[in-house]
Amino acid sequence: MKWILCFALMGFVFEQEKPIRVFTEFEIFENEYLENLSSDTTYVVNFWATWCAPCVKELPYFDEFQLKNRNKPVKVILVSLDFESKVESSVIPLVKKKNIQSEVVVLTDSRASEWIDKVDSSWSGAIPATLIIKNNKKHFFEKSYDTFEELNQEILNIK
Amino acid sequence: MKKILLGLVCIAALASATSNTSGYQIGDTVDDFSLMGVDDKMHSLNDYDDVKGYIVIFTCNHCPYSVAYEDRIIALQTKYGKDYPVIAINPNDPISYPSDNFANMKVRAEEKGFNFPYLFDDGQKIFPKFGATKTPHVFLLDSEKVVQYIGAIDNSTKADKVTKTYLADAIGALQTGAKPNPASTKAIGCGIKVAK
Repeated sequence: MKWILCFALMGFVFEQEKPIRVFTEFEIFENEYLENLSSDTTYVVNFWATWCAPCVKELPYFDEFQLKNRNKPVKVILVSLDFESKVESSVIPLVKKKNIQSEVVVLTDSRASEWIDKVDSSWSGAIPATLIIKNNKKHFFEKSYDTFEELNQEILNIK
Repeated sequence: MKKILLGLVCIAALASATSNTSGYQIGDTVDDFSLMGVDDKMHSLNDYDDVKGYIVIFTCNHCPYSVAYEDRIIALQTKYGKDYPVIAINPNDPISYPSDNFANMKVRAEEKGFNFPYLFDDGQKIFPKFGATKTPHVFLLDSEKVVQYIGAIDNSTKADKVTKTYLADAIGALQTGAKPNPASTKAIGCGIKVAK
């Protein structure tokens, strides 16, 4: 019994340290991350997946942006579109390996044809893709970033 | 000064308009192409006599979304291939994704027993004409090579969760002389990697 409690507690501590939430329904994710946002905060929502090489390459740039702006109203959300079966085997190990500090969530809603337009109507569905919400306005970028500086400039250039 | 400003606005508007409409749209007629297949033969739309249309699918080896649809693409060819042959094209730069190179395309086609031509967009000249942005990305053409449907095969990457068979429905519409509705849909896919 003590052992079970001990493991449960360890699990809890670990979860607390780096919780990765899995959303099976887009609406719940949308409600929490894309709506009722604070107007003074810059939100950087990057859509990626462990199998997408350019996405994985640019992940550290997003994390660096979050870390360099930790004292400012900046929130980076890294939305993995990996399949549900890959969360334990691929997403969590990659986040650990890259030592990602930003918030990571997994969106597994397979009805993408219905929710892609809700993120942005110009999105073809290709990843990597990034939604930047600044001064309550949404700006969408279906592209990859080759350097931290390129991403940094993109965000700073938005008025 | 005002005129210059107005001119700039016009140029900007034009530029954004072209970037939004890059590639074939519904109703556009596709130019034929000639690409090497995994059977070491060149393939063109004009190779097909007496077909009612063409299912052109941009797909590849490395992308899990493409892989998830392989069995469904094989099934489409089995069901519709006589009238609407599947023509698969790998648009990726093989340097960026070595698993998408021509040798590996042959391996994958053999492993899965592809029953359709699997072509290599060598030099990446064809996919931009279509405006394909990701894999898989489907373009359904009628017998006159006019684009009638663009987008996804269906509405779920998981075969057992599909509730809308967009592409099959679009073919069904063409078979009865109707226009596909919806004529375009979206799906998550792997961005096509362009050579630097």
